[in-house]
Amino acid sequence: MTLKVNRREFLKVSAAMGGGLMLEFCFPFVAQAAQVAQAAKAFHAAKSVVVTEVNAWVVIHPDDRVAVRIARSEMGQGTFTALAQLVAEELECDWAKVSAEFASPNEHIRRKRIWGSMSTGGSQGVRSSQDYVRKAGASARAMLLEAAALRWQVPLAECTVERGVITHAPSGRQLSYGQVAAAAAKLQPPKEVRLKDAKDWKIAGKSLHRLDIPDKVRGKPVFGVDVALPGMLHAAIAQCPVFGGKVQNMDASVAEKMRGVKKIVSEPGYVAVIADSWWRAQQALRKLKVEWDAGEYGKASDATIAAMLRAGLEAKDLPQPRKLGDVDAAFTAAAKVIEAEYQSPYLNHATMEPQTCTVWFKPDGFLEVWTSTQDGEASLLAAAEVAGLPPEKVEVHKMMLGGGFGRRGGPQDFVRQGVAIARTMPGVPVKLMWSREEDMQHGFYRPASLVRLKAALDANGKLLALHSRIACPSILAVLMPGAMKNGIDFTAVRIFSDMPYQIPHQQVDYAQRNGHVPVGFWRAPGQQNGFYRECFIDELAHAAGQDPLDYRLALLAANDKNRLVLEAAAQAAAWRSPLPAGVHRGLAVVEGFGSYAAIVAEVSVSAKGEPKVLRIVLAIDSGYVVNPDTCRAQAESNVAFGLSSMLYQQNTVKDGRIVESNFHDFPLLGMSEMPKVEVVFANTGGFWGGHGEPGILPLVPAVCNAIFAATGKRVRSLPLSRQDLRKI
Amino acid sequence: MLKLNVNGRNHQVDVEPEMPLLWVLRDHLNLPGTKYGCGEGLCGACTVHLDGKAVRSCTLPVSAAAGKRIVTIEGLSKDGLHRIQEAWIEHEVPQCGYCQPGMIMSAAVLLEKNPQPTDADIDAAMTNLCRCGTYLRVKQAIHAAASAVKAAKPAAAKKA
Repeated sequence: MTLKVNRREFLKVSAAMGGGLMLEFCFPFVAQAAQVAQAAKAFHAAKSVVVTEVNAWVVIHPDDRVAVRIARSEMGQGTFTALAQLVAEELECDWAKVSAEFASPNEHIRRKRIWGSMSTGGSQGVRSSQDYVRKAGASARAMLLEAAALRWQVPLAECTVERGVITHAPSGRQLSYGQVAAAAAKLQPPKEVRLKDAKDWKIAGKSLHRLDIPDKVRGKPVFGVDVALPGMLHAAIAQCPVFGGKVQNMDASVAEKMRGVKKIVSEPGYVAVIADSWWRAQQALRKLKVEWDAGEYGKASDATIAAMLRAGLEAKDLPQPRKLGDVDAAFTAAAKVIEAEYQSPYLNHATMEPQTCTVWFKPDGFLEVWTSTQDGEASLLAAAEVAGLPPEKVEVHKMMLGGGFGRRGGPQDFVRQGVAIARTMPGVPVKLMWSREEDMQHGFYRPASLVRLKAALDANGKLLALHSRIACPSILAVLMPGAMKNGIDFTAVRIFSDMPYQIPHQQVDYAQRNGHVPVGFWRAPGQQNGFYRECFIDELAHAAGQDPLDYRLALLAANDKNRLVLEAAAQAAAWRSPLPAGVHRGLAVVEGFGSYAAIVAEVSVSAKGEPKVLRIVLAIDSGYVVNPDTCRAQAESNVAFGLSSMLYQQNTVKDGRIVESNFHDFPLLGMSEMPKVEVVFANTGGFWGGHGEPGILPLVPAVCNAIFAATGKRVRSLPLSRQDLRKI
Repeated sequence: MLKLNVNGRNHQVDVEPEMPLLWVLRDHLNLPGTKYGCGEGLCGACTVHLDGKAVRSCTLPVSAAAGKRIVTIEGLSKDGLHRIQEAWIEHEVPQCGYCQPGMIMSAAVLLEKNPQPTDADIDAAMTNLCRCGTYLRVKQAIHAAASAVKAAKPAAAKKA
């Protein structure tokens, strides 16, 4: 299909002309007059440009530049570039001429969800779209080659392509992709395409520079909070401090007279101020006198939540996501029975960019939304629902995310609020941004959980039975009830329910206990179970008087990929070699999100009980790696994210509300605390695993096991800042 | 009316004197490169230069910046990219990128004061927070930018 350039296309075309991201040019109608004039000039210049959509993923310009459309969101994980690499690999184009742009959610809806899934979570970005995006690249290549063969009237088999230039060797003629794109787009796509073997990759599998980085380094307006539209106003929001509570009374008499204030909004669960700058909106918000009806949870506290979880552990007739053999019989026959309880707190995502959404009810009845979202389609549907518009009348401009980690996928609360607030001022674009305090206290938290583990060992210390009782709120019951199976949320029981260790008798019981604190997908949902399982296995190895590596290897099948990464990490870290005085090691292995990950951690603990993580060696098998440097960066990211939670973070509840409010009481890891990170790619091929989350799975248990080696103290509750880690 | 000099340009802004500089930059001067992260001076995403010093603009009243030289990420380099930004691209430092303008502005001041910082110097000076965990690469890129200057200096001296 050859496209005449309309305004939407102009945005893309002009972006490609600038050689940067389309986002940079998303707002040709910026506030300043000079820029408006410049944008108008560019618009008229762009009108004459014709780009060709060879298929939904591949857009080719007359000068051979290729724009690859990306359906998944970019939050720093590198999918924006990795998917472009996969398409370009099969397309056989020149990487230097490739740019990436986000696929339009509105077009996605109108074209019957042509880009597959827009959801970006679960480390799925590459692994669950690699097949169809590679096919799209290969299909476009075939059509371009066929168009050249037809133009030359030569057999297709005599045509070859390299870096976007098609050659007919017998005659020496050449045509570039830009020259045949329009003709190619009119051809039928091939029924079948053959994808390349990874060993032949030239663009995929290479550490190419990420396409989104130059604009980010220049401070270009690529994030949701950076949106600027002519006449745009700003909204600040205060939600009921107690989850589920409502506005009872509001006195806006002071706030409404404050400078720059345009509107006061009151919705059932929150109030908002719209003003001409965000600071003014926020100042006025503080002067609103709001009486909240806390509802039934105004007295909830850490103690009531702990009691709720404990009652779950004691409950009878729980669903059993795993049952093998007979654990009770095994306990009766055991030489030794070991029991322990582990727990972890609620955790906020704390994305550096707070939740934000810009909404414009346009005079023509169309709704435009700009937001940092992990799922453009979910944002669009949420906006349409709140606005009461058919989805076709809504467009979502996907902005770069200032961090996601699961916060910006399922709930879409910020989009719903943005639409409800902007609806009070039709025709005027309104940008909602949450304060850090709102963000900290109105999250969808990583579930707090409590587990009781009981193991039976024989006289040689061999693990015969493991009984795991898990009391944990369900994320799925809240966000994706359809995904619950027989009362079981797999994210709450994974790592125990899909145990790789060969234990003859196993039972897992799941007590779903949700309480009033909203829970959500927090980087590697269910990872708490990795902490519990791998620390408990360490306890068992210690009780058996065996080396923790040997103990695990004896429980893993010979061909288990968990075993391979564990051995790879142990080898890279020289597990059996002596360490300098005061340095201690721990290890752990956990699979998840399609990959297998093992970590050896080196840690020291001061006489005062202060832990210092010195070195992390991560071995990961994701089958294939599309951009090794990006995957290394994800490993570093998983280490920092995991250490922040392990060392410092917890969200506590008092009077129904979250106590922590900002980075002073919910600290992030700092520069001086970042350990060395070494990554071993132990790829076995034949499957596609993720990188955004697997690395975090064995992190906390490996470090806590090293702390045990250093101090003789078992960490069974987080964060460490609450523990006394002085040596016994 | 307050007079501000931002990135070498003079502006007159009609805002409350207590409005933090961050919001004047973002909402009144259309310079959104400087980011809001915490509003309490805790994270450093809002770092800008004030008369050559790295300051956290989210807690700095605009009145305290009047008459001083303010530089934001948009004005760090007059022509293309500052050597720190080049090092940031070369080492693929950003992930989500949100905290990076603040990181870069802090690093620029560090290198002005201390052209060859040690790891410990970097730890002490770079108190900016990054949720994605780019710290190792921030450190690498600062060292790389420092070496680039070191390598360039003897050549410049010869010329002179």
